[in-house]
Amino acid sequence: MPSIGRDDVARLADLARIQLTEEEIARFAGEFDSIMDAVASVSEVASEDVPATSHPISMTNVFREDVVTETLTQEEALAGAPDAQDGRFAVPQILGEE
Amino acid sequence: MTTTDITPVDFDEAIDRYDPVLGIEVHVELGTATKMFDGAPNIFAAEPNTAITPTSLGLPGSLPVVNGKAVEYAIRIGLALNCSIAETCRFARKQYFYPDLTKNFQTSQYDEPIAFDGWVDVELEDGEIVRVEIERAHMEEDAGKNTHVGGATGRIHGATHSQVDYNRAGVPLVEIVTKPIPDTKGRAPEVAAAYVRTLRDIFRALDVSEARMERGNVRADVNVSLRTDPSAPLGTRTETKNVNSFRSIERTVRFEISRQAGLLDAGEQIVQETRHFHEDTGGTSSGRPKSDAEDYRYFPEPDLVPVAPSRAWVEEIRAALPELPAARRRRLLGEWGFSDLEMRDVINAGALDLIEQTVAAGASAQSARKWWMGELARVAKDREVEIEALSITPAQVAELQGLVDGKKINDKIAKQVLGKVLDGAGDPAAIVEAEGLAVVSDDSVLTSAVDQAIADNPDVVAKIQGGKVQAIGALIGPIMKATRGQADAGRVREIIMDKLGVS
Repeated sequence: MPSIGRDDVARLADLARIQLTEEEIARFAGEFDSIMDAVASVSEVASEDVPATSHPISMTNVFREDVVTETLTQEEALAGAPDAQDGRFAVPQILGEE
Repeated sequence: MTTTDITPVDFDEAIDRYDPVLGIEVHVELGTATKMFDGAPNIFAAEPNTAITPTSLGLPGSLPVVNGKAVEYAIRIGLALNCSIAETCRFARKQYFYPDLTKNFQTSQYDEPIAFDGWVDVELEDGEIVRVEIERAHMEEDAGKNTHVGGATGRIHGATHSQVDYNRAGVPLVEIVTKPIPDTKGRAPEVAAAYVRTLRDIFRALDVSEARMERGNVRADVNVSLRTDPSAPLGTRTETKNVNSFRSIERTVRFEISRQAGLLDAGEQIVQETRHFHEDTGGTSSGRPKSDAEDYRYFPEPDLVPVAPSRAWVEEIRAALPELPAARRRRLLGEWGFSDLEMRDVINAGALDLIEQTVAAGASAQSARKWWMGELARVAKDREVEIEALSITPAQVAELQGLVDGKKINDKIAKQVLGKVLDGAGDPAAIVEAEGLAVVSDDSVLTSAVDQAIADNPDVVAKIQGGKVQAIGALIGPIMKATRGQADAGRVREIIMDKLGVS
């Protein structure tokens, strides 16, 4: 059985940009383990000839025509932004990544 | 000593000691009318944050729907690159946190790309063909554009904050990933650039993208690794992101080979990382450590159903594929009767389309080649512009050649007329008409000029009459001069012979 340790939780939290306390990390490690166990029991009944599914309804090829629809105005687009400048969303300094 | 202090090794020495392996990822923005997953217009220049819908912004409650045209374009690209087209494939969420996408994930494809296992033949400048194996081509969406504010150079370092424009967010992309490209040795830089150029030409021929490098329609991520010899396992690679011109691609590969060789010589490890190319120095600098695929925590996109192109549809698209650049070059080579070398020179000069259009406008292939690769190539070089940027159209070149073929003007006058066309004086026939440059074949004019020349040169006349017919040139010269080069030299010759009673 896979086991989710404190290090795994801390790393996932970091990737997801979520700040967790030590207590939360310990608690989630335990909870994730139970979730993993539950999911693992599904693998026991899934056989090789059942393809993985990502959608509950078996549908394919739902396409849109390549036709322009209504768009937002700049004002509407920026209406919910905490900060905007020169018609653009203003975001805090981005560090160390590009 | 830190790794940045290590001096790069001379390129040729690096190639002597190490075997480079390339891997190239090319992103092409598709030229659909709308975005990948919503009906916002796919346009290049617009006021910031106007070419967007709630879906482009990932607003709560908005849902994506796949643009069928983009899928068709992706299949077209896959087929042109000799790929298999998936019977079924899915979109996946690639999670990363960066303000250029509002959703905190990019909708992409992961383990089920729409096209896979292909190849493309890349022709180098000297005619050598390198076959590049294609791993996959998958569909995804482009990200918005960050502008870093407050830094000295608009770069991220020193910036106090950033501004984001989401007009580009959601523009359909196809990403084409090669398998490792081995055995290129010292030609690695050239192969890398020629590969991307080949793809650019294919995108244009397929009419799936304007494929303008300078607009970022086509962007390349260039992976380079070194190993001690071709039988050794692949070395650790670096990935230089978003290299946007053929020349920069060449320089990136060249620089990375030299830099990595320097590190390996010093016993250092290559760090697997993304790097950035700098146009000004021709060098690359460290970006961030390369994320592992698992860091992106891909999972199937639950808001989209699988794409399962029917075999009938795929075959329909295959049947409608236009002629691809390599086949077109082979066909034109046959039609025009150029030598391989002439053809390569034409292609390398960027004159293929111009010559084809000139031929279509009525000129012979050889005369079209003569103008574009001769006088016009020379003018382009003098003016330091690309040959297609000259202010003359293929139709004007064909018209000029028509005047020569119809004996309206001779070659010498034709060059003068060409210069006038380039200077914006109008079409060739109109220039010849307006400036009275047509060949003079009016016998009365020519006869008086001949009489004058005979009177002026009794010694030459005596020679001709004495049997030295070749001396006739000494009479024709002054006549051409007297008529400003416009006399019909053949007719002048006839008149002289007639007057002097020789034949």
